[in-house]
Amino acid sequence: MSPSKRQSMLGASILVPAIGESFRKLDPRSLARNPVMFVVAVVSLLTSVLLLKDAVTGGGNLGFSLQIVLWLWFTVLFANFAEAVAEGRGKAQAESLRRTRTETQAKLLTNGGGNDYKLVPGNSLKVGSVVLVEAGDIIPSDGEVIEGVASVNEAAITGESAPVIRESGGDRSAVTGGTQVLSDWIRVRITAAAGSTFIDKMIALVEGAERQKTPNEIALNILLAGMTLIFVLATISIPSFATYAGGSIPVIVLVALFVTLIPTTIGALLSAIGIAGMDRLVRFNVLAMSGRAVEAAGDVDTLLLDKTGTITLGNRQASEFRAVAGVSDQELADAAQLASLADETPEGRSIVVLAKEKYAIRARDMAGLNASFVPFTAQSRMSGVDIDGSTIRKGAVDAVLKHVEASGSGQGGAESVRQVRAISDEIAKAGGTPLAVAKNGRLLGVIHLKDIVKGGIRDRFAELRRMGIRTVMITGDNPMTAAAIAAEAGVDDFLAQATPENKLTLIREEQGKGKLVAMCGDGTNDAPALAQADVGVAMNTGTVAAREAGNMVDLDSDPTKLIEIVEIGKQLLMTRGALTTFSIANDIAKYFAIIPAMFLAFYPQLSALNVMGLQTPQSAILSAIIFNALIIVALIPLSLRGVKYRAVGAGALLTRNILIYGLGGIIVPFIGIKVIDMAITAIGLA
Amino acid sequence: MTLNGWIQILVFCGIILLIVKPLGGYMTRVFNGERTLLSPVLRPFERGLYRLSGTSEATEQHWTTYAAAMLFFNLAGFILLYALQRLQGGLPFNPTGMAAVPPELAFNTAVSFVTNTNWQNYGGESTMSYLTQMAGLTVQNFLSAATGIAIAIALIRAFSRRSMQTLGNFWVDMTRSIFYILLPACIVLTLVYVFLGVPQTLGPSVVATTLEGAQQTIAVGPVASQLAIKMLGTNGGGFFNANSAHPFENPDAISNFIQMVSIFAVGAALTNVFGRMVGNQKQGWAILAAMGVLFIVGVAVCYWAEASGNPLVQALGLSGGNMEGKEVRFGIATSALFAVITTAASCGAVIAMHDSFTALGGMIPLINMMLGEIIVGGVGAGFYGILLFVVVAIFVAGLMVGRTPEYLGKKIEAKEVKMAMLAVLCLPLAMLGFSAFATVLPSAVASVANAGPHGFAEILYAYTSGAANNGSAFGGLTGNTPWYNVTLGLAMLMGRFLVIIPAMAIAGSLVAKKTVPESAGTFPTHGPLFVGLLVGVILIVGGLTFFPALALGPIVEHLAMVSGQTF
Repeated sequence: MSPSKRQSMLGASILVPAIGESFRKLDPRSLARNPVMFVVAVVSLLTSVLLLKDAVTGGGNLGFSLQIVLWLWFTVLFANFAEAVAEGRGKAQAESLRRTRTETQAKLLTNGGGNDYKLVPGNSLKVGSVVLVEAGDIIPSDGEVIEGVASVNEAAITGESAPVIRESGGDRSAVTGGTQVLSDWIRVRITAAAGSTFIDKMIALVEGAERQKTPNEIALNILLAGMTLIFVLATISIPSFATYAGGSIPVIVLVALFVTLIPTTIGALLSAIGIAGMDRLVRFNVLAMSGRAVEAAGDVDTLLLDKTGTITLGNRQASEFRAVAGVSDQELADAAQLASLADETPEGRSIVVLAKEKYAIRARDMAGLNASFVPFTAQSRMSGVDIDGSTIRKGAVDAVLKHVEASGSGQGGAESVRQVRAISDEIAKAGGTPLAVAKNGRLLGVIHLKDIVKGGIRDRFAELRRMGIRTVMITGDNPMTAAAIAAEAGVDDFLAQATPENKLTLIREEQGKGKLVAMCGDGTNDAPALAQADVGVAMNTGTVAAREAGNMVDLDSDPTKLIEIVEIGKQLLMTRGALTTFSIANDIAKYFAIIPAMFLAFYPQLSALNVMGLQTPQSAILSAIIFNALIIVALIPLSLRGVKYRAVGAGALLTRNILIYGLGGIIVPFIGIKVIDMAITAIGLA
Repeated sequence: MTLNGWIQILVFCGIILLIVKPLGGYMTRVFNGERTLLSPVLRPFERGLYRLSGTSEATEQHWTTYAAAMLFFNLAGFILLYALQRLQGGLPFNPTGMAAVPPELAFNTAVSFVTNTNWQNYGGESTMSYLTQMAGLTVQNFLSAATGIAIAIALIRAFSRRSMQTLGNFWVDMTRSIFYILLPACIVLTLVYVFLGVPQTLGPSVVATTLEGAQQTIAVGPVASQLAIKMLGTNGGGFFNANSAHPFENPDAISNFIQMVSIFAVGAALTNVFGRMVGNQKQGWAILAAMGVLFIVGVAVCYWAEASGNPLVQALGLSGGNMEGKEVRFGIATSALFAVITTAASCGAVIAMHDSFTALGGMIPLINMMLGEIIVGGVGAGFYGILLFVVVAIFVAGLMVGRTPEYLGKKIEAKEVKMAMLAVLCLPLAMLGFSAFATVLPSAVASVANAGPHGFAEILYAYTSGAANNGSAFGGLTGNTPWYNVTLGLAMLMGRFLVIIPAMAIAGSLVAKKTVPESAGTFPTHGPLFVGLLVGVILIVGGLTFFPALALGPIVEHLAMVSGQTF
């Protein structure tokens, strides 16, 4: 699944087994899942029997009938082949996954807190069992870390070889069966029984074994079955009409007309399109837990995007030092740098770097300074340093002001407080985060921490707008800051000071307006919102609760992927629509090929309808049925690749697709049938 | 083709376009229960009727209740009409002493009028008593038209409402469409027709002495009143056997024009009612535009074919178009226009013999009916019919914008597709199915007047007209036989109720859905793109089904005519 593992779309390794698979899929139980192809198989069987009868009794035009029967069977086989190719691509991935699921031994803890364990087979574990996993062990099943920290190699599922940290508590507590602990140890409470683990689900998904028809696919199948019935009526009434006209039509010709008219093209490719859609997601390292979710992705109206990591780079950076009157910027920068030396957060480091770049203040060696660092806590909301009797603090403006007031030295007084507040407001309005700095109870100024909006994200949102999708930025920032970043990034709306509750409320509100909402999340507190959203993408690094709640899992834990997920959903739906339209539009040419040929014996005038100038009635009928079969094969690549989605608005997109697949669907078969007619006439098949 | 002919056609289209908006606005107010111009006069009657019948005006119905009420009401209407025909000999208002109508014919006629088909296997003036004509046939003309309108309104409400269970009250919708729309318009129209010379009397036939001294019986009767609803309600059942070609049923060009306009008036206005109720009149205009495109093309082909005439006749020295079977009073352009209008809508009134049209000219009425009469269509029936095609078109093409299909914010899902396909399927089942039997059944074939493909077209036309609830006849075919009376009756029932019930099921499913707000990613359904798409789907889905049958009928007949052979 990493790029190196991707196979070319139609390599020999997939095509060869698919041929065998096409024959295996002639099993009626497998055929019955697809109404259109099942009907084709039934009439193929029927005509085969008739052919045998003719062969025994010596009646009919055997050579012609034989060719028709063969092409009928080819039509069925080609449909099976399309499905087999689509499945084949998933099978290769499933194989590599299956290797990670080899029998593991688990260290089942036998008493509550102790370290006594007995070795049991991994698949005997029950939900709730607690196991010990030490360096070098394979984690036996999905679970939650209840104690310890370990680095884990998750390459088996993500294809990413860099180890990740898994620890108890917090948002990184989920572990996946089949992954390997590289260092340290953890105790894991098993959350999935054998056979229903994450890897099992993945295998089932990529293999398409448990593929359930999605709602839209079911509806489309009904439409196709309905069309098939209509053409049953259209063809089955012909013999009596012909009798009335004083002629008769051989059954084989009726069957040929029937099979070419019913929507075999889309019928044959429908399941391949569905499988390929899931597969495209897998290639993006996203696992959709159901096909329904992929379809819903195409319908998404509102995208909830976390600000951090999606819209802005993960970290804020110091961009400016703004001192109050009577303090030089240099002095402020110096104090700020000192206070940040031990601050390992990206923000802290960016302050050190800015002071160095702007004021040439070199980072000092911490050990030599005899300094003691005061770390950030959620209560104080400040960090700083005590050095040579002076105290430096930096932190949230309110917290620092309170600190200054408490220390009571009052230097600078009310005027500097007013200035700090004014500067802070200005920074906040510009979308930045102000950090106040004080030394020995005296306010020095404010550091401007800036959110860096990702390059190109604005264009991305403009594109989404053209797709008709509203973007909402979710952030914990205050409304002022949020508004500024929202404006800079070009999102349509934002939710500031977001909490799990108001996120859930927002989703419900949007859904109440009839909209479909997509979001991604990783924390346990995201779980309700993920479950409520129509498309909930859980990050693979997230908690078990989040992963269970979402209907997709992103193995790369990259929230920007929501956008691609939506495109893949749209692509899937478009491909279905395009091929359905193409399939139906094809019928016009087929009528013009077969109708004149069929009735020529008793109504020679109808040869005026032979607009393609096909050689003989036999060659006309044969060409139509050959075209009908070959077009399936020709469209396999398109059905696997999908029709390209362009963010140009629905009207333009539809015009384009109607021109290509509607108008093209009318014209192409005229040319195709004519060419086949010339070819088979040239080689003397008809 | 002449300039005069085209001007007539364009004036007709212009008048219809002018009517759509005001009539649509009026009808919308009627069905929303708002106050209208006629409320002061009619409201007391309406309320009184509800009180009398125990109908609670405010109680709305679930789709199943609505559909059941409709079925029950139509069944009662059928029984009443059947009984009336069978017993007319002993009932009053029978000055000419008409005997009881035979059972099969009574069945056929009862079904025919209940389903708004008005296929007539009888000659009105020689079979039906005045009582049957007035209390039976004319009453059903009103009721069947009102039924169609009620169903269309229920389906429209399914789109305009969100997350609801009910579609309105069948009894209330019925009552309102009769009280506020059909009755007032018919009273005015009747008076106009009387003014133009159409008889309206309960007296017996007039006996006249001709110049040669011979006695001639001239049938008269309450013609004008039946004529008014026959057109406005797209019923089409004539008082006289010759229908609107009879001078008493269509005296002159003005009465003819009024008749043509009243066929389309209510059906066309319903598109505007739809637009208004869903909150965007453009949606209604788009549907009317799709109907309009199909209509204009049909008129052009039919007029061209008739004006071109028969080359074999022309070779004999008769110049000009095909005048066979046409009233000289109306001529080619008007006859072609009327034929297309009457078959586009499910009217079935005729001013010329469709059987005598050229092969291609006669094919257009046939195609209009095969498409399910969705070009304006029967009052109500045409509108719910085209909405079924909209569902199919949206489902196929809607996917191509990369969303699951939706129309006016309502998701089109498996249930809607299933029901739409069922409805679309029942027409070819009745049309092709019965034709297939009739073409091989010797007793049925015996009814055919002409040989070869033209004879085939006569059979095909009969079942197509029946299943599409049109009622116009190709002529030539002797329809009053037990086989045709029964099978045509069944075809009419299938074409009516097997479309209505799925349409109501769709309405029931849609009304409960939320409405997805429109966005840049939504397939726009009020522009030329949608119109083109809808026309394409109607022609391909409808056309492909019947292509083999058409090839064996009118198409081969035309090709044969070109090469010098007629049937």
